[in-house]
Amino acid sequence: MRLTIPEHEIMTPGHLACQGCGGSLGMRYALKVFGKNTMLSIPACCWAVIDGPFPYTSVNVPLFHTAFETAAIMASGIKAGLMVQGKDTTNVIAWAGDGGTFDIGLQAISGAAERNDDITYIVYDNEAYMNTGIQRSSATPHGAWTTTTPVKHYKKGPKKNMVEIMAAHRIPYTATASVGYPEDFCKKLEKAKNTKGFKFLHLLAPCPTGWKYDPRYTIKLAKLAVQTNYFPLYEIIDGIHYKQTMKVKERKPIKEYLKYQGRFKHLHEDEVQFFQDFIDENYGILRTKLE
Amino acid sequence: MVIKFQNNDKPVRITGAKDMPPMPAALGSMRQNKTGSWRNVRPVIDYDKCIKCFICWKFCPEPAIKIVDELPVIDYDYCKGCLMCAEECPKDAIGFEKEGK
Repeated sequence: MRLTIPEHEIMTPGHLACQGCGGSLGMRYALKVFGKNTMLSIPACCWAVIDGPFPYTSVNVPLFHTAFETAAIMASGIKAGLMVQGKDTTNVIAWAGDGGTFDIGLQAISGAAERNDDITYIVYDNEAYMNTGIQRSSATPHGAWTTTTPVKHYKKGPKKNMVEIMAAHRIPYTATASVGYPEDFCKKLEKAKNTKGFKFLHLLAPCPTGWKYDPRYTIKLAKLAVQTNYFPLYEIIDGIHYKQTMKVKERKPIKEYLKYQGRFKHLHEDEVQFFQDFIDENYGILRTKLE
Repeated sequence: MVIKFQNNDKPVRITGAKDMPPMPAALGSMRQNKTGSWRNVRPVIDYDKCIKCFICWKFCPEPAIKIVDELPVIDYDYCKGCLMCAEECPKDAIGFEKEGK
């Protein structure tokens, strides 16, 4: 029996995620690598619900629910407290959605990154405020439908480039990952675990409820996002050394990624072309930085 | 409100904050929430076609697929029926049937 990711499970079944949730899959991989000697700090996001109501919990590690904007700062505090107690080896993870990172938690994460606190920040990005009813966030891509950007007034303007913002803080380790490539994600988690200082991981976690697709295509979409160069997988060491971890030989047209998702159903031919040009331009900029 | 704790079969009646435990009942105690009832299609593994690649185990978000005697086994107590395993199986060894009564 050859397994490509660690076998032991720390997350338990019975949690309250939707069918085919990418976020719960991400947590499963993260806890597999980080092991039992871990503490979690979770702000208001899908995972605040998935974990279960109060006396119950669906992870086998201590979990701290925090206010929306304080995921990073709470993780810093937990780490400082553990350091005082002499428990230096305990890993502290801040696990937040895209709303708690891109919009509301931005000041806390920027502060923690500037102080270079020894925590791992993982954002599972489902590209809108899915938990509260699919409102637009600054991680929502161009052209997407959400309840606050309905079809007639779909979101115009690109997604915020959070990885570049974090790299500009010159933190030791920044990376992007996708739930469709768990081996790659586990390798990055292992690197983050063994690096001292502030680590930031941006994980793409498809959401069947908000993206309006059949739950069975979660992995397919997570893979297509990488294969179309919509979400290239790379890592940045010390904020300057870029390295691509998943090379795409021939990029697929973005149309293949969009056709599965109901939130892009309204896009016309020229808008899809605009999307394609935008992705190619973005990837061109990234390619000049890759070593 | 009556709560059944994981390690204690006797239900505990909770009438107010004074009856709530100071700590979560037990780590991983959401296990008592059998999410199998959410399912409307049931994935079934055909073990004749299975090549033991464990891709279904790798991609199960529950995780409801266990490894028993080097074979993937679906735990129907928790499987929500998202069919990600059926979609990703390289040998199409996972079929599905409609959930009966």
